[in-house]
Amino acid sequence: MNINRSRLFDIANAALIGFVSLLCLVPMLLVLMVSFTSEASIQQHGYQLLPSEFSLDAYKLLLGTSPLYRSYLVSLFVTIVGTLIAVLITGMAGYTLAAKHIRYRNGLAMFFFITMVFNTGLVPWYLINLELGLRNNIWALIVPSLIFNPFNLFLVRNYMSQIPGSLIEAAKIDGANDMFIAFRIYFPLCMPVLATITLFYGIGYWNNWFNAIMLVDNQNLYPLQYLLFKLNSEINMIQQMQSSGVIVSDAVLPQESVKMATAILTIGPVIFFYPFLQRYFIKGLLIGSLKE
Amino acid sequence: MKNKKGSMLRELKQNGYAYLLVIPAAVYTLIFGYFTLPYMLIAFQRFNFKTGIFNSPWIGLDNFEFFFSSPRAWEVTFNTLKLNVLFIVVGTVAAMALAILFNELRSKLFSRLTQSTILFPHFLSWVIVSYILYSLLSTDYGIVNQVLAKLNLNPVNWYASPQYWTSILVITAVWKDIGMNLVIYLAAITGIDDTYYEAGRIDGATRWQLIRHITIPLMMPTIMILSLLALGKIMYGSFDMIYAIIKDNGLLYPTVDVIDTYVFRSLRTIGNPAQAMAVGLYQSVVGFILVWGSNRIVRKINPDHALF
Repeated sequence: MNINRSRLFDIANAALIGFVSLLCLVPMLLVLMVSFTSEASIQQHGYQLLPSEFSLDAYKLLLGTSPLYRSYLVSLFVTIVGTLIAVLITGMAGYTLAAKHIRYRNGLAMFFFITMVFNTGLVPWYLINLELGLRNNIWALIVPSLIFNPFNLFLVRNYMSQIPGSLIEAAKIDGANDMFIAFRIYFPLCMPVLATITLFYGIGYWNNWFNAIMLVDNQNLYPLQYLLFKLNSEINMIQQMQSSGVIVSDAVLPQESVKMATAILTIGPVIFFYPFLQRYFIKGLLIGSLKE
Repeated sequence: MKNKKGSMLRELKQNGYAYLLVIPAAVYTLIFGYFTLPYMLIAFQRFNFKTGIFNSPWIGLDNFEFFFSSPRAWEVTFNTLKLNVLFIVVGTVAAMALAILFNELRSKLFSRLTQSTILFPHFLSWVIVSYILYSLLSTDYGIVNQVLAKLNLNPVNWYASPQYWTSILVITAVWKDIGMNLVIYLAAITGIDDTYYEAGRIDGATRWQLIRHITIPLMMPTIMILSLLALGKIMYGSFDMIYAIIKDNGLLYPTVDVIDTYVFRSLRTIGNPAQAMAVGLYQSVVGFILVWGSNRIVRKINPDHALF
């Protein structure tokens, strides 16, 4: 009797969890399906999980000459360059804050930490960026987010301080300096945490549209996310895409599906890297949230 | 005995390379963290981009008066607090419940698979999420209105009905972040010593009793601490989320416009940095008091988990 009830619970539990995980997936699937639906079908039936009339018009329009390519390049450049620089300076600073022979490491940690607790907010941040000339150029999309929140720095520091200090001493006896020890000994040993912050920074840059809305007016510099944001609020952007030389078979401009197709293309890389993302993300969360 | 200055120089000389390594991050933090502080003073100025912070006229508390005398001050403050409290409470309860259910799962493969899908929304930008919401709630084409029509109910013009948006935003926020919280809570549950459960089982406890009397009480400290730390950020209302979804849709302001979006509009749409800064200063100061206060409470419960 009891065993039967327990078994029933297991089944109900698995069903419930299965349902919740579907709830997390199906809305995305809907966007995907709409991107493949013909405009006429949307006008008639609304958005559908199983389109009445299948169509590739949206993708044809987008993959012709369109602002999408430029935005893809902007996003890729910003994400790759930004992440590389951010990981490099975070890793280097992490070493100094973790190395036990550095006398002022706690003072330095405090220096970083204070900015984490007291947030001066949007306006000073904006004015500083203007002052530095970070406006309407590609660096305005990169520099303001480099180590905007020192959380990642402390993640690296905590990980590195678990490495026994005797390693540094031994290397020093062999004549190595801190630069060498950081890059040749510590970084290889800390690949898991470096991979994790690479992921945090990478996702942060790829999904960022805040820098663009604040600091960029030039359409040539729109990253993907911001293009997508604009697409929803300014319909003429889609007409602009149309007039940039692509002829779609249908007389009707596939407005609705173009929006959804852009959304799908924007998350493309995220889906592609998802197994990697997920693995290191979980690792990072566990390093960060459970203090030893 | 050497004086302090001499030993500082020696330290720099001895470990120069290590200090060199920290310079890029330190300079960056100096500029983006500390050099932003003086700009807070423009809250007391009639700031003008041409004259800058040094030559703009000082006007005392006029900017604060402008904000606090408008009914919007109370509205955006209330909305910020309301939404954040709901995000914390509903998010925590939902993630905790889900973590407990996950812990009861027998199949490791099923558990890993479903965790992957539940974590997926976390990696989407808020702009993408706004598209997803739109595909559900669009008045003409949205799925929700189609379902309402099937049930012979009147369609709702969602983007013009502020009364629904508190719930919609809470559900959306929980939906996006539940996977992340699930990972954290599940790790905490897995960390509970197995002997507690064995002892319970020997005493003949049912699964529900084990959850009720072992898992939940032992999880309470983690839950308390994470909630309190979240409470510290309660004045900051996820600009990314709200602006991506609501944009400048004034119809929905009464229930979902928050301090962050208000500051953004004062700065970029209206173009008055000084007034925006006054609101931002109010937000920073109250925010800091809350971080400091909640940290004190965390420190009382468990000093190891305190931020400082």
